[in-house]
Amino acid sequence: MVAPGKQATLSRAERLPGVPAIRIGNVVLSAYSLLFYLFIYGPILILIVYSFNGSRFPTRWAGFSLEWYHKLFQNRAMGQALRNSLIVSSSSTAISTVIGTMVSVAIERYRFRGRTPLDAMLFLPIIIPDIAMAIMLVAFFGLIHMSLGFVTIIISHVAFNISFVAIVVRSRMTTIDPTLEEAANDLYANEWQAFWRITFPLLLPGILGGALLAFTLSLDDYVITFFTSGPGSTTLPLRIYGMVKTGITPEVNAISTLMMAASLMLVILSLWIQGKGDAMG
Amino acid sequence: MKIRHLVFVGLLLVGAAVLLAACGGGPAASGDSEEVLYFYNWSEYIEPELFDKFKEETGISVIEDTFSSNEDLLAKLQSGAEGYDVIVPSDYMVDQMIDLDMLAELDHSKITSIGDIDPSFADPPFDPGMAHCLPYMWGTTGIGFNWNDWDEAPDSWSYLFEPDLAANFAGRISFLDDSRETLGAALIYLGYDPNTTDAAQIEEAKNVILAIKPYIAAFDSDSYEDNLLSGEFGLVHGWSGDIFTAQLEDENIDYAIPREGAVKWVDNLCITADAGADPARYERALKWIDFLNQPENAGANTNFVWYATPNMNATPYIDQEILDYEAVYPPEEVFNKLYWLEPIGDALEIYDRAWTEITSQ
Repeated sequence: MVAPGKQATLSRAERLPGVPAIRIGNVVLSAYSLLFYLFIYGPILILIVYSFNGSRFPTRWAGFSLEWYHKLFQNRAMGQALRNSLIVSSSSTAISTVIGTMVSVAIERYRFRGRTPLDAMLFLPIIIPDIAMAIMLVAFFGLIHMSLGFVTIIISHVAFNISFVAIVVRSRMTTIDPTLEEAANDLYANEWQAFWRITFPLLLPGILGGALLAFTLSLDDYVITFFTSGPGSTTLPLRIYGMVKTGITPEVNAISTLMMAASLMLVILSLWIQGKGDAMG
Repeated sequence: MKIRHLVFVGLLLVGAAVLLAACGGGPAASGDSEEVLYFYNWSEYIEPELFDKFKEETGISVIEDTFSSNEDLLAKLQSGAEGYDVIVPSDYMVDQMIDLDMLAELDHSKITSIGDIDPSFADPPFDPGMAHCLPYMWGTTGIGFNWNDWDEAPDSWSYLFEPDLAANFAGRISFLDDSRETLGAALIYLGYDPNTTDAAQIEEAKNVILAIKPYIAAFDSDSYEDNLLSGEFGLVHGWSGDIFTAQLEDENIDYAIPREGAVKWVDNLCITADAGADPARYERALKWIDFLNQPENAGANTNFVWYATPNMNATPYIDQEILDYEAVYPPEEVFNKLYWLEPIGDALEIYDRAWTEITSQ
């Protein structure tokens, strides 16, 4: 398979003396890139293909079938887990996006006591290992006698999501010229009006990006969710992990494919919005 | 302005999300208006239609959460998760949980179906007289194999313990990393009781294992089923449930209960201590356990999960296909030779010493 390509390069090399090293380098580079992408996307492709497999065995292809999608929509436990996951992710995303945005605006635009420690502490949840954070949260909820469930999961997810949202929003914030807000103030806009009319629209792509990141992180978190979940709040990752012991069916492939399609759509949507935002900015 | 629209759409999305959260969280959170029971179970370990049936009969909604191992279950409960009413630990975990005062006692007068439990399961050594738990599903410790290697199922311990036969799978045999299970298998092969405290018999079992030691690839309790799937192991000593899981991924994988006899295990329905402390929750939990043990429902569960039920009157409700599958329902003469692993007190030291010799040589 490699041989014809190599010959082609060599013959071209004869015509262009001095260049062959680069040409061969190009071939190696493309081959390497191809392998690299295969390594990254191969498993995903296999996962998608086998979600349409007629057989339940991943070792055998038994023709195209939508059986597993059909089964998935009838599997109430899986549906419940997906719903739980969506509840947790959307609420924690909504809360952490608002708080994260406020924090980054505060740190970037205002000078106040405790700003530097706050700035430093913002990175803490990103650096701390999940397992340590999970134990801390469980110990904390135990201390204040809070029973574990949806509320504790959402609080925990907000706790780590704020940092991620804040970092994304801040990077956008630094690109916004503060003189725009000052100009608005000069034109008798109060701070509230200046924020909503000037800062917020410019910040929007960053906020949406942060929210999407938070949503994704929240949706697939296992470690922290495992420790902080309680009765009635099994999320999708917990459910799927539980299936490892009793048998993973292609339903998991089907739900993963659907989730991938959904997140792809979200990404495209956010790129489109960002494009619009930039065009207007 | 377009940007306004975008903001509006964004706020709408957030609003919808919060609304969804509010609606979704509603029924689960407000236990006052509606009777709710929290069931903490292995995943795919119950016929889902039973939830609706139970709701119709009693008005109680069951909310199921799932765990992936006995250790996860223990960790979850010990980390302070309250609110689970009925849990499904395996036998050795029941033993531990009773010691830790984590289980409520079972009020037998409220379990109308308790007489349906097969006598051979009614007095398990880890919970004498079913004082705390009702057996839910049972299985055995036997031999996992691949049909590519066999024309007939290897339903004898001699395939593992007879050196001439074991040599066929040299370097591809695995045993559980568990002194009682593995020495117990050798004891059954020799015709002894796996709960023996006779040092001479245990010594003999040790020598049986040492004789085939060169052919053993590993003592492995955690990933042997994966290695069986990948072909790295050809013949494994393992728990039926694990092998059936592997079978879901490769239909050539199968399980055999040796005809000399085997060790049996059981998963149990238990009520948590915190549910036991609340009369209303305790009442609901008893109803749920009694419901699951009705012969018709126990049979439906077996048809769905493909594990054997300890309910002896469920047989008419079980698919013939499962009743004929000897890896789940062994023939009577084998069934009568299934043993519990009983607590043996100080004699455990003899097992541990023999085990150390086996694993260190």
